[in-house]
Amino acid sequence: MSNKTATRVDRMETLRKYSAAILLAAMLLLNLIITPNFFGVGTFWNIVTQSCTVILTGMGMTMVISTGGIDISVGAVMALAGIVSMKTLQFGLVPAIICAILACLCSGLIAGFMVGKLRVQPMVVTLALMIGVRGVAQVINDGKIFYMTSDALSAQYKFLGSHKLFGALPIQLVPILLSILVTYFIFEKTILGRHIQATGDNPNSATLAGINTTVTLIIVYMTSAFLAAVAGIFAVAKIGASDGNSLGLLAELDAIAAVAVGGTSMSGGRAKIFGTVIGALTMQLITITVNMNNITYEYAQVFKAIIIIVAVYIQREKTS
Amino acid sequence: MSREILLDMKGIVKTFPGVRALKGVDFSVAKGEVHALMGENGAGKSTLIKALTGIYQKDGGTITFDGKEINPRTVLEAQKEGISTIYQELNLVPFQTVYENMYLGREPRTSYGTVDRKAMIEGSLKTLGEMGIHVDVTKPLKEFGTAVQQMVAIGRAVSVNAKLVIMDEPTSSLDKKEVAVLFDVIRKLKEKNIAVIFISHRLDEIFEICERVTILKDGELSGSLGIEELDQLKLITYMIGKEAKQLERTKSGYNFDGAQELTSMKNIWQGVRLNGIGIDIKKGEVLGLAGLLGSGRTELAKVLFGATTPDEGEIIWMGQNEKFKSPRDAIRKGMGFCTEDRKVEGIIPHLSVKENMTIALLPQISKMGVVSKKAQSDIVDNYIKRLKIKTPSPNQAIRNLSGGNQQKVLLARWLCMNPKLVIMDEPTRGIDVGAKAEIEALIQELAGEGISVLMISSEIAELQRNCDRVVVMREGVKLKELIDDEINQDNIMEVIASGGNSEIGKEEVVHE
Repeated sequence: MSNKTATRVDRMETLRKYSAAILLAAMLLLNLIITPNFFGVGTFWNIVTQSCTVILTGMGMTMVISTGGIDISVGAVMALAGIVSMKTLQFGLVPAIICAILACLCSGLIAGFMVGKLRVQPMVVTLALMIGVRGVAQVINDGKIFYMTSDALSAQYKFLGSHKLFGALPIQLVPILLSILVTYFIFEKTILGRHIQATGDNPNSATLAGINTTVTLIIVYMTSAFLAAVAGIFAVAKIGASDGNSLGLLAELDAIAAVAVGGTSMSGGRAKIFGTVIGALTMQLITITVNMNNITYEYAQVFKAIIIIVAVYIQREKTS
Repeated sequence: MSREILLDMKGIVKTFPGVRALKGVDFSVAKGEVHALMGENGAGKSTLIKALTGIYQKDGGTITFDGKEINPRTVLEAQKEGISTIYQELNLVPFQTVYENMYLGREPRTSYGTVDRKAMIEGSLKTLGEMGIHVDVTKPLKEFGTAVQQMVAIGRAVSVNAKLVIMDEPTSSLDKKEVAVLFDVIRKLKEKNIAVIFISHRLDEIFEICERVTILKDGELSGSLGIEELDQLKLITYMIGKEAKQLERTKSGYNFDGAQELTSMKNIWQGVRLNGIGIDIKKGEVLGLAGLLGSGRTELAKVLFGATTPDEGEIIWMGQNEKFKSPRDAIRKGMGFCTEDRKVEGIIPHLSVKENMTIALLPQISKMGVVSKKAQSDIVDNYIKRLKIKTPSPNQAIRNLSGGNQQKVLLARWLCMNPKLVIMDEPTRGIDVGAKAEIEALIQELAGEGISVLMISSEIAELQRNCDRVVVMREGVKLKELIDDEINQDNIMEVIASGGNSEIGKEEVVHE
């Protein structure tokens, strides 16, 4: 059985493997033709800056989905991070960020415990958290919006949204690259990565092979909450205000879409980290394309829907 | 016997990424014929069947069925042509009633357009009745045993006017009595001029029911003969190509009287399945657990491995009282468990051979949670060689391997941990003769190295060949221990039968 032959099947497999990248390339090509001034440095950094949220939450979502679960609470967790950080900003920026992250980790811990230990369905657990956590975020500031003032601490916070490294690179590159690298490292190099995929692929086998699936799931949901918290903080820094009602609204759906377009199987077991990155960039590119061509934004939604369906169709796995 | 040809497959080719699974196979079945399709795991049997039933699309060759060329793209298309398959995992809906399952997807309508339940019930009763099966068809399917479920699947196939019924390992989870019923049904199909393709690893069954045998080997046709031209040894030779060696007991004499005890379980109770049983295993000993389905063998092994907790009882491991709360605890102490159902409780299907093999070992070849790729590759290459695992590469997803090779990978998963005890639950179920001999040889090799083995098997001959001592179980109690030469079919059956309480007759015991 060791004779290797390149066949039509193999070529189809290759096409499937790189389908997300091909889609992205096709989008870029299309823009080259139709969009004036598309290939400017400004456009590129624009895409990067705006895709910060979806890449961060997308990394967490990739992990969660490869355990066979889903986390629809990330948008609400972003809102919680935003509100808590503003509320505690008076104690300094670093303490504020730590408080925000700790608050969000609690949400992740609850999700992980319910899914991992009590074996409640992830969709239901995170749905409850999505409602509850956003509620908490609003209650903390009586449903009002936090606006940044012009004091020194607010200026520090805004620095996280608008600073340019070396005068050119948007600061969002830092969390984006870090989150991708760390996620890649976890999946490729560590025991945790193996355990995540094994848990998603066949939980029975995983337990009998000595894997502590409960701990694995708790870590995964806490990581997702952590990344959502960071995404929330960077989003607030960019906007300059924090609204418990609208911050991170529907972010979970963008993250799931990026994961799906990227080729990670929704039934768990196989994580495609760079796929998610490409998926996130593709989604962002659609928005920008529509904007730069003065097309009504609502069309972007329709295009996104088409891309999601096409991508998932190409990657569908033939079940036997 | 020159009967009309029903199915004629010519030059079938099927390629998977990196593997040529079928290299131009010819296969033909006559009308009303019971035809065995044989071959080792990985020989291409299932692939051929899947190409026929539309699950896979063939890459080359022609299929002629009932006089016309067909090219089914889905199972439904194949079914419309008259080809029905009874799978190992039954494709029925357990929560629906028997009659609903019989008519799934082709429900008769009343004149109002609603589902005609009365017609369904009557039709089901008639079809099953003709097969000699009399059950309450209005009960959910899941309330019946595997055998009845299988009959329902066959009944369903018959009532869609199948001309060819394919049975993939239909007897693997049936007891003797149920197998007899199945064979009666097959004979009735034959009377109706329906052809049957029968896939099984049990040679006796092939000789009992089949008229013709086609043997595949490494994706090629190895032979196609009438059953009268074959005997068991010849058949095995066709399957594995080399001079078939008979499997025989290799050891004699029991040398463990003074040996150090590795572990013992005392007075274990759990639900209704384990009723105060105790066993002990010596270092380097192969201990067998014999008993019928439901006698508590697997349950006992799972307690020892920490996969379930007993209601009562104690476990002593190397002289220490231990409580294994999870498999992790047991693995740390040096245990490994090759489970009965590889698909559900063994393999992690989409991960590679490499990952599957080392999943339990990872903590030992990692620093700060980071896995050493080199150590991992070395170990994997070593075991692929040592256990002769057939895989295109260590990075191949394990689900693409044949059953025997999957089992070897799972065995390697524990061997690379340097275990003290390996539990093997039905280690050779669904595995062909060649791989079986290899796995049995490995078991002996392990014992020789001082590793203890706890072996559960429904095949008494297997226990006889491999075990130093056998504990015979029934209804969660130990009936008797047999040592060395005492281990044989007659003794074990006798012990099981005599262990029943007086109300239960012997006949019932055997078919528990």
